[in-house]
Amino acid sequence: MTPRSRLHVPSPPARPGQEPDFSYVQISPAGAVGRPDVMAAARDVEDLSVQMVRVLDEENRAVGPWNPHLEPAELQVGLRHMLLTRLFDDRMQKIQRQGRVSFYIKSTGEEAVAVAQCMALQPGDMLFPSYRQQGLHVVRGRNLVDLMCQCLSNTRDFCKGRQMPIMYHWGKGNIFSISGNLATQFPQAVGWAMAAAIKGEDHIAATWIGEGSSAEADFHYGMTFAAVYQAPVILNLVNNQWAISTFQGFAGGEHRTFAQRGPGYGIPGIRVDGNDFLAVYAATQWAAQRARQSGGATLIEHVTYRAAAHSTSDDPSRYRPKEEWRAWPLGDPVLRLKAHLIALGEWSEERHTQLEKELDAHVTACWKEAETYGTLSGGPALDPLTMFEDVFKEIPPNLVHQREELRQLLETRAKTAAAAQPQAKEG
Amino acid sequence: MARMNMVQALNSAMDVMLGRDPRVVILGEDVGYFGGVFRCTEGLQRKYGEHRVLDTPIAEGGIIAAAIGMGVNGLKPVAEIQFADYIYPGFDQVVSELARLRYRSAGEFASPVTIRTPCGGGIRGGQTHSQSPEGIFTHVCGIKVVMPSNPYDAKGLLISSIEDDDPVVFFEPKRIYNGPFDGDPHKPAVPWSTHPRGEVPEGHYTVPIGRAQLVREGKDVTVIAYGTMVHVAEAAVRIAGVDAEIIDVRTMAPLDVDVLCTSVCKTGRCVVVHEATRFGGYGAELVATVQEHCFWNLEAPVQRVTGWDTPYPHAFEWEYFPGQARIAAALKEVMEPQ
Repeated sequence: MTPRSRLHVPSPPARPGQEPDFSYVQISPAGAVGRPDVMAAARDVEDLSVQMVRVLDEENRAVGPWNPHLEPAELQVGLRHMLLTRLFDDRMQKIQRQGRVSFYIKSTGEEAVAVAQCMALQPGDMLFPSYRQQGLHVVRGRNLVDLMCQCLSNTRDFCKGRQMPIMYHWGKGNIFSISGNLATQFPQAVGWAMAAAIKGEDHIAATWIGEGSSAEADFHYGMTFAAVYQAPVILNLVNNQWAISTFQGFAGGEHRTFAQRGPGYGIPGIRVDGNDFLAVYAATQWAAQRARQSGGATLIEHVTYRAAAHSTSDDPSRYRPKEEWRAWPLGDPVLRLKAHLIALGEWSEERHTQLEKELDAHVTACWKEAETYGTLSGGPALDPLTMFEDVFKEIPPNLVHQREELRQLLETRAKTAAAAQPQAKEG
Repeated sequence: MARMNMVQALNSAMDVMLGRDPRVVILGEDVGYFGGVFRCTEGLQRKYGEHRVLDTPIAEGGIIAAAIGMGVNGLKPVAEIQFADYIYPGFDQVVSELARLRYRSAGEFASPVTIRTPCGGGIRGGQTHSQSPEGIFTHVCGIKVVMPSNPYDAKGLLISSIEDDDPVVFFEPKRIYNGPFDGDPHKPAVPWSTHPRGEVPEGHYTVPIGRAQLVREGKDVTVIAYGTMVHVAEAAVRIAGVDAEIIDVRTMAPLDVDVLCTSVCKTGRCVVVHEATRFGGYGAELVATVQEHCFWNLEAPVQRVTGWDTPYPHAFEWEYFPGQARIAAALKEVMEPQ
């Protein structure tokens, strides 16, 4: 036989019906990885991209040099934000199943990423998320009613009905608009950070990308620009193992860690246990300090697991073992922080149940209010004529004409409907 | 008033804006230390520093994305894409991001980026340095599209573009950077110093976006053109011996429908000229607009003179270029339809 070339087509360790297998996930013991100075040269910290920064150990204690030594009160706030994010997600999924919103994306299992990171940043830092960081809004104090109204495209939707559910933004909260085109925010965040440095401000930017969409050119643009200009930005890669049906191997994760891409560009890469609230917090704090001191960007790979479906339009049982999430070796971020607080003597099962009840009631109250501003099936509705606004700052003549055309059409439609109504009653 | 070619006029526009507005930054490949491959940014980095005029990696998608982020953070970025032919890696950032940001965030975020890029053929650039992709961008809602035909307009329109709160794609017809090329490559080059629109004020002034310009008054036929083709059309009109009204569109989007259609309703005849390919091109929009508004005044079918529907071939540049003879033939056709 003459040798010939063959393609390697990556295949996940387990498909439906098979035993889950996460032996490919290399895990360092908690506390085992050193914490270098925040201004260390990228070439001197390459180890961080291969090991895994972890703080919470098997006995739920915070150990090692990355322990951020947060006050119990702060940990309780973190737990509250993660729990609220999870309960909000659960409720919105149920509401979608009832046909009351068109679409939803949960962040279940990944709450520590957005919540711990946002808590480690300052309010003036600008956030460029992907679609699975709703925890950022929760931490920055957004009214859940606003998020629900966006999902409902109702009269209080801050997107004025122009975006699919979950494509949030918040100008006042410094959270950028989410795009449906993946990865585009990654180099934009770098541009924002470059501008902060040009203007001599000390705010930094942070952005999030999935391991799947890190295959887009935008990832490379962002990394290159961040490295070249040493922009004050934190580049987060959320490796949740699955991009809809393709496992992380299809994004190039079989041969090296995603964090190892950082050193390739001259940027420190930190591989962190993404389900360890304290480790995520500490890695973010390190990267933020570095960025604020002109040390440039850091790539953080958050090793986590997408416990939920990709979206409400997805059925993961068709491509991965149904119970795979139970086998995930890094556990659940909410349960781990809860156990840590209990180990500290600063929390209890009773308080946890009480908090769950309280937050659940809060979500219920928010939903009741959100519905009063309109739903897909009834109540107050947005004026369709607003669709011509905000294409440009001022409405140009061609859009003025088109708006008038639609106005007349809607008027005729309303008249026809009004004329048809009494007949229908008689019939 | 000073005499400037188009390169100097564009340089002056950026110089004026860098001086007036600390938010203005220039970024692009080779634009800094070197001053740009066409010299449009010459001396600007020396004058304003490396933080205001930035050389970038060769990554058009990165340049446009970074500019978007800078705009969101309060700057007024002017991004140069070295050739319009290179803009496609940044297309997603233009179409899905830059053009839609204000809309998708209901006005909470916007990014007033100006993208400058040289376009058009006639410089032996072959099929990757000669394209005129303006029609691809006019089809995208949320961006303004501009192409000047002379130094005076170039400076005034570029200043307007930088000052505009909406994104602008600013096409620079590179064949007329140094002089008003009339379509005959065998004639000696004519410098802008011989042309009235080569007189350019040194300070700040604007030419408004959204306004076409009447270049030549006439009563027989209206020729609608922009960029290099304005000058080629002027020569073709002289050859054809018709009393044509020539309109320079200047802003493809938003389009100055009134000026175009008032003229065509007056003359009753129309020839649309552009260097870009024909099928699905911007000329089709112009023809459709003219027939919507002027149908009952038209004496003849509207003619289009454009590049052929092929890539721009290196060896057959002048067979490809929609030159004087083809425009003159169209004028004849529209005057005496068969």
